[in-house]
Amino acid sequence: MKVLSEERTRILFEKLTKYIGVNVKLLIDRPDGTYCFREKKDRVYYISERLLHLAQTVKPDNLIAAGTCFGKFTKTNKFRLHITALTYIAPYAPYKIWVKPSAEQQFLYGHHIIKSGLGRITENTPKHHGVVVYTMSDIPIGFGVASRTTAECRHADPLATIVFHQADVGEYIRSEDTLT
Amino acid sequence: MDIVNEILEKEQKKSEKYKSITVEKHLEVELDIGTLLASDTNDLDTKLLQSNKDDYLQSLTRDNTQLLLNKIWELPTERVDEAIVVKLPEPKTVLPRAKPCPKPKPLTKWQEFAKSKGITKKKKDKLQWDEQLQKWVPLYGFKKAAAEKEKNWLIEVPQNLDPMTDMFEKKASEKSEKVAKNELQRLKNIARARKVKIPRVGLPVTSDKASATQLDTAATIAKASTASLGKFQDKLPKEKEPRGKGIHELIPGKERKRKLPIPTPAQERENNLNMLDNILNKRPKIDMDKAVAKHIHDEQVNRSEEKKNTKPAKGKRNFKAKTKGGNPTNFTAKKPKAGKGQRNPAKKAGGRKRR
Repeated sequence: MKVLSEERTRILFEKLTKYIGVNVKLLIDRPDGTYCFREKKDRVYYISERLLHLAQTVKPDNLIAAGTCFGKFTKTNKFRLHITALTYIAPYAPYKIWVKPSAEQQFLYGHHIIKSGLGRITENTPKHHGVVVYTMSDIPIGFGVASRTTAECRHADPLATIVFHQADVGEYIRSEDTLT
Repeated sequence: MDIVNEILEKEQKKSEKYKSITVEKHLEVELDIGTLLASDTNDLDTKLLQSNKDDYLQSLTRDNTQLLLNKIWELPTERVDEAIVVKLPEPKTVLPRAKPCPKPKPLTKWQEFAKSKGITKKKKDKLQWDEQLQKWVPLYGFKKAAAEKEKNWLIEVPQNLDPMTDMFEKKASEKSEKVAKNELQRLKNIARARKVKIPRVGLPVTSDKASATQLDTAATIAKASTASLGKFQDKLPKEKEPRGKGIHELIPGKERKRKLPIPTPAQERENNLNMLDNILNKRPKIDMDKAVAKHIHDEQVNRSEEKKNTKPAKGKRNFKAKTKGGNPTNFTAKKPKAGKGQRNPAKKAGGRKRR
């Protein structure tokens, strides 16, 4: 478990602010103890200080993961959020999208959301901003990047992509072995 | 009788002089005839060993040697040129080797790669049937060059090349380049095996084009090769900081930094919050779409305002002024329609009717 370098911390925070904006502060500044980000084999884990101390008793070679995996750094030093981060992102996300029950399955199979599947969208969603995807019954099922603003969505044709797929809960089954 | 006694006495003297060939031992001596080795596992007589060491050891050795020779005489003998010869059996004892075991040869880069990928060498026949020449041609070596010459007596110049290129020369240069590349790789393999450091840049390029990594390292070094170690060197618009293993060693004065100590939790939190503030306080970028939309909207509003203000009174239209490149605000995008204009009774249309 390595401490993230300054550059990587910045890249991580920049990505997180895309999804939850100012609320990233709430992830670091928690009343129930100190939480921090640690890196292991290019994967970033969000872990409480208490758990980290316990994890340090394990030999680094034998330790696979500790805490919640937020995502990983690619070889080109970009950060990719994993679906495992959804539990921390969903409650704080300012921009949300609700999908119709008919389009849920399409999204869960890894497809983008098209206009016809759009149920509801937060007002003033900017272009290329991270959004959390909910079902109509308010269950978060993933996240993506808005390809159009809310205003543009109104005039888009039914087959136009509204949200680019980033991660969905279907990955827990589809890519079970790569998620840690 | 005298003679008999004499002979017997002589024999006795003789036998006293030569010790008997039968040796008695508590434990049998282990014999390995192949290596002519006898190992005696019987206890030594400590008293004799202390009092008369040399004689005792000598007699012990004689006895054991006797046993060894007895065993040898049991083997089938042959007579070769007046000498009696015995063929010794295979040795049983395994001798330890004098020199240390040779280390396995270090693998070449290709061998390493092939091993990891599970590529095995396929045995090729030395001779191959050539359909064109209708004969067996060796893969390499004797008679290969002659066969090649016979086969390629004419080489077509491809369409995309200069028609005056010498294809034979080109082929020869390609071949010599291949040989040179192979030689360089052989030397590199030797250097790797002996753990000699080879420079990362400045080596001749093995293929006709340098690889991206080679160019990258060369550019990195070139950039840092100024008096100020590249501190004031301009950056290209989208240039990235060189990353990767061993890149810092290439740049003078930029040796790897010592690892920073792990910050305390409180310190780390503080650092993280500071960095977040930095990110969040960044001046927002201009939203181009929004800006363009706003500009267009403003323009439209302006135009409509102007149009309202400068709307000329009905019937006072000055056609002459209009035709002389006059008021652009009077222009409307509406399709001109018939029956809206007013006739000028003063103007008479003369002449023939135009259609």
